[in-house]
Amino acid sequence: MTPIIKFEGVTKRFGQTVVLNNFDFIVAQGEKVVLIGPSGSGKSTLLRVLMTLERIDSGMVMVDGEALWFVRKGVDVEPVTESHLRHMRAKVGMVFQQFNLFPHMTALQNVASGPRYVMKKSKAEAEALAESLLRKVGLGDKLASYPARLSGGQQQRVAIARALALEPKVMLFDEVTSALDPELVGEVLDVMRALSSERALTMLIVTHQMGVARALADRVCFFEKGMMVEEGPPEQVIDDPVNPRTQSFLRAVKLT
Amino acid sequence: MEFSFALVWEILPQLLLATIVTVEATMVGFVLSLVFGAVLVTLMRTPSRPVRALARFVMEFFRATPLLAQLYFLFFVLPSAGIVLSPFVTGVIALGLHYGAYAAEAYRAGLESVPKGQWEAALSLNYTKLRTYLSVVLPQALPPVVPALGNIAIAMVKDTAILSAITVTELMFVANEIGSERFQYTEPVTAAAVIYLVLSLVATALIHLIDKRFRPEEAPA
Repeated sequence: MTPIIKFEGVTKRFGQTVVLNNFDFIVAQGEKVVLIGPSGSGKSTLLRVLMTLERIDSGMVMVDGEALWFVRKGVDVEPVTESHLRHMRAKVGMVFQQFNLFPHMTALQNVASGPRYVMKKSKAEAEALAESLLRKVGLGDKLASYPARLSGGQQQRVAIARALALEPKVMLFDEVTSALDPELVGEVLDVMRALSSERALTMLIVTHQMGVARALADRVCFFEKGMMVEEGPPEQVIDDPVNPRTQSFLRAVKLT
Repeated sequence: MEFSFALVWEILPQLLLATIVTVEATMVGFVLSLVFGAVLVTLMRTPSRPVRALARFVMEFFRATPLLAQLYFLFFVLPSAGIVLSPFVTGVIALGLHYGAYAAEAYRAGLESVPKGQWEAALSLNYTKLRTYLSVVLPQALPPVVPALGNIAIAMVKDTAILSAITVTELMFVANEIGSERFQYTEPVTAAAVIYLVLSLVATALIHLIDKRFRPEEAPA
C-alpha cells in the first residue's frame, strides 16, 4: 500500500483551541475514508489543511510523496512558495457543504472553468469535458442552467463534477449532504457511490450521516478533540464501537 | 420681477457650450474616480499593514475634507511646488480624488458582499489570485456596486459647478458671468439649474439601464 496522504505530528490551533493535536494519519492511495465525530473535533480542519485553506502550526503533511505546507531542506524546514502550493492543489479537489457554485456561471461554465483557466484547455475541449462530466452525474439536461435554478442536490452534483474536472488524485467531501433536504441526499450519495468504484481515486469524506459512512467507507475514523479515537471498517466502528466516546457519540447521532 | 424667455433664448448657445465643458469634466472626473477608487481599494487589500493603513487614511481624508478645499489646494499650492496645471485638469483631478474615495468605499462593500465560500471554491479549483478576481469575485462584486457608482456620477454632475471657483468655464461659471455682465441673474441661473436637472436625469436613466443590464445575470429566465 502506497500512502497518498500522511500527517506526521500535525498541530493546528485556532487561538487557544487546539484543533489537531500532534496528529498522525495515513491514507492509502485509492482508499475511501469517512471521518466522523462531534463538531469541532478537527475532521473538517483536516480536509481544509489538505486543500490549503488552512495552514498548520507544526508537523508535516505529505500528499502524493510531497510536503504540503513546509519543505524539508536538509535539517531545516521552510515554508513553501505559492507556486509549490498551486502544484500541490492540483492533486486535490474539494466539495463543500454549501456547494459554493459560482452563481454567475451556468452549470456547464462552472465545470468547464477549471479545465479552461487552470489546465489551459481550449474552450471547446473544456466544455466537451464539462458536458461529459455533467452527464455522468445525471445533469446532461441542465448544462445551461444557473445554480439558482437548480435544487440543492443538483447543485451539489455540479460541484462534484466541477472538482472532478481537474482530475484530482484525492477528493475531499466536507459534509456535502448536510445542507440538503433528506429526499435529495440519495441522488448525491449515488454519485459518490459511483465515484467510489474508481479504484485509483482517494476519497476523504466528513459526514454526520451514518448511512453515508456505511455506503462509502473502507475505513471509518472517529475524531474527538483533535485526536483520532477509534478507526476500523464501518461495520466495526459504527455497529460495534469499542471506545466509550465513540459509543456515546453514535448513540446521540442515531437518535436524530 | 419678470422672467424673460427671450433672454434665455439669447444666452442659450453660450450656456450649451459651457454644458459641454460640464459634461466633459463629469466624464473625465468620473473615469478618474473609478480608477483612483480601484487603486485605493487594491491598496486597502494588500498584505502590508502600513500600506493598508495609509490607503485607509487617504480614503478618509478625501471623504472628510471639502471638495472646495481640495480644489483650492491643488490650484494654489501645487504651482508653488512647480506643478502648473490648467484649471480644467486641476478640476477633474480634484473630482477624481474626492469621489475616488467614495468609489473605493463602494468597491469595498461590493468585494465584501462576495461570500467567503466563493474564494474558497476558487482556491480549491487552483485558480490564481488574478483569475479569482477576474472570473469569480469581480463579476459578483461589481453589479451591486453599480447604483452606488451611479450616485457618485450624479453627485459629480452637480459638483462640477464648484470648478467655477477656479475659473473652469463650465455651466455655472458662464451663467454667473452672464449674470454679472447684464445685471440679470434670474434667467442664466435658472436656465443653468434646468440644464443641471436634465443632465442629472439623463445620468440617472443611463445608470438605471446599466444596472438593469447587470442584474439579470444572476438568474435569467
